[in-house]
Amino acid sequence: MSQKSFVWLCLLPLAVVTTAFFLLPMGRLVIAGAEGPHGFAGYLAILTESRYRATLINTVLLAAATTIVTLLVATIAGMFLQRHRFPGRAVLIAMLTFPLAFPGVVVGFMIILLAGRQGLIGDLSNRLFGEKIVFAYSIYGLFLGYLYFSIPRVILTIMAAVQKLDVSLEEAARSLGAGPWAVQRDVVLPALAPAFVASGAIAFATAMGAFGTAFTLATNIDVLPMLIYTEFTLAANFATSAALSVGLGLITWLILALARSFSGSAVAAAG
Amino acid sequence: MSPASHGVSVRIDGCGKTFADGTRALDPATLDIARGETLVLLGPSGCGKTTMLRIIAGLEAPDPGGSVLFDGKDVTSLPIERRNVGMVFQSYALFPNMTVADNIGYGLKIRGVARDERAARVAELVALTNITGLENRRIDQLSGGQRQRVALARAVAIRPGILLLDEPLTALDAALRDRLRGELNRLLRALGITTIYVTHDQAEAMELGDRIVVMRKGGIAQIGSPREIYFAPKDRFVAEFVGAANIVEAPMEKGELILPGGRLPVGGETTTARATLMIRPESIRVVDTGAGSLAGIIDAVSFVGDRQRLVVSGASTKPLNVDAPNTIQAKAGDRIGLSIPPEALRILPSED
Repeated sequence: MSQKSFVWLCLLPLAVVTTAFFLLPMGRLVIAGAEGPHGFAGYLAILTESRYRATLINTVLLAAATTIVTLLVATIAGMFLQRHRFPGRAVLIAMLTFPLAFPGVVVGFMIILLAGRQGLIGDLSNRLFGEKIVFAYSIYGLFLGYLYFSIPRVILTIMAAVQKLDVSLEEAARSLGAGPWAVQRDVVLPALAPAFVASGAIAFATAMGAFGTAFTLATNIDVLPMLIYTEFTLAANFATSAALSVGLGLITWLILALARSFSGSAVAAAG
Repeated sequence: MSPASHGVSVRIDGCGKTFADGTRALDPATLDIARGETLVLLGPSGCGKTTMLRIIAGLEAPDPGGSVLFDGKDVTSLPIERRNVGMVFQSYALFPNMTVADNIGYGLKIRGVARDERAARVAELVALTNITGLENRRIDQLSGGQRQRVALARAVAIRPGILLLDEPLTALDAALRDRLRGELNRLLRALGITTIYVTHDQAEAMELGDRIVVMRKGGIAQIGSPREIYFAPKDRFVAEFVGAANIVEAPMEKGELILPGGRLPVGGETTTARATLMIRPESIRVVDTGAGSLAGIIDAVSFVGDRQRLVVSGASTKPLNVDAPNTIQAKAGDRIGLSIPPEALRILPSED
């Protein structure tokens, strides 16, 4: 057996799994999306139908906001945790990464405990101002939930990237007269750009497609996964839900590809 | 740029460094560096030379009681970004997200120098360091030697009061290192800037330094010009670290050292019963058997081109390294005589 055919043989399991569980269902999904009364034009409905379009925009905005806020919080935290040694640091890191183990349902549950009708925030605001603040069942609750499970992943990626930073680069910038802010802007952040893109992409994709949290909080939140669920199970509208699924995948992929190419020069330079 | 136009004098006063874990990296040291002087901190790894450089740079604070003065002004509490020092790192630490020109101009940009003036200064340094044509390259497109030049250009672009170099040639291969050493030497002389150069390579230290500070285990072993350090080392450590040295320890009688291969006149007034001496291999002359003061047998010959290194046993208490001209015929097993002029002997303090 030649070296080449051996390699192909090793790749066979992957090819089988990919075909059986990815390509075939995807193909079927794409076809199902065109089996509605309007055929392939059914796909256009994602953009032309105002309800679908509003949901799509909502979902993208939510995912984008989650990504940006997660990156902000996690970068500062990750940099601090990697650069400082203090008692309780290991415990703190373990606590911060704890939510990695939770399914979306548990995260949703925790948001309800915090900001639901019987929640901590409502309780507190009721006592202070005589008004119950409840936002768990809205897109704000969902935003909080997504933050909660995006932050640990991003913190871990950023910490790993900060550890690999060349400290002498920062020292060189300082020797040339750069103050703390200039060092961050000109040296540290550009060097972390690949980590931002990688971890930001995961945070974004997760927020675009996560379902468990949304489903736990409410069934009428305007995000794409919920819309797909209601079209599929409640309205039995297979063609539309298939079209929406394909659309969700494509749009997420497209935005990630765009983000990657925009940051491409920075990433290449920092690598 | 006129020579010595922007150098400062440096005084390090009682600067020691103990790290948080209790390790003593540097014993309190006091050192004066004149304006425009090139001072080399030389020593094996872990001797404290980099720590001293970082204290001067402002990257480490000395232990309480120590102070650093530039032109007589106390800068101990100033962070590096306000000390106006140029620094070249062993890894070069060039910014990968900037071009060569942006790297060189970075310090000027931070200082708010206008774009035109900046470009002119960058062009001047590009020419000075021989990297014309590379201005728009990315750092990862440069060779090691080119990176070294860019790092140097970037450090001197800001007209620093003092230039600090931390093993700048160590990452390069031997041939390139030799060439760049000469180039660096010319450049430092041309700039006339106060320079502190850290290295573990004694050849670099000899060629570049006006003065050399030999360091060992966190302390200063000797300070002197390259000639003083080479010809008059203070102790055995300096003698052996700087250049090759034969250390001979033997009993003395009537101003002569009693050795297995003969009696060696030491000269001067020596009254001790035992003495430790240093003999440089190149100061020993090979002569006919019986003609020199010592006799021995050649153990090994290594021909290195410009000379040959003989290992001669039976002459001293330990085999002697002898550098002989490349023209004489010598082979292992030959019996030879050795002649050593008394002025080539350096008596070292005896150590336990």
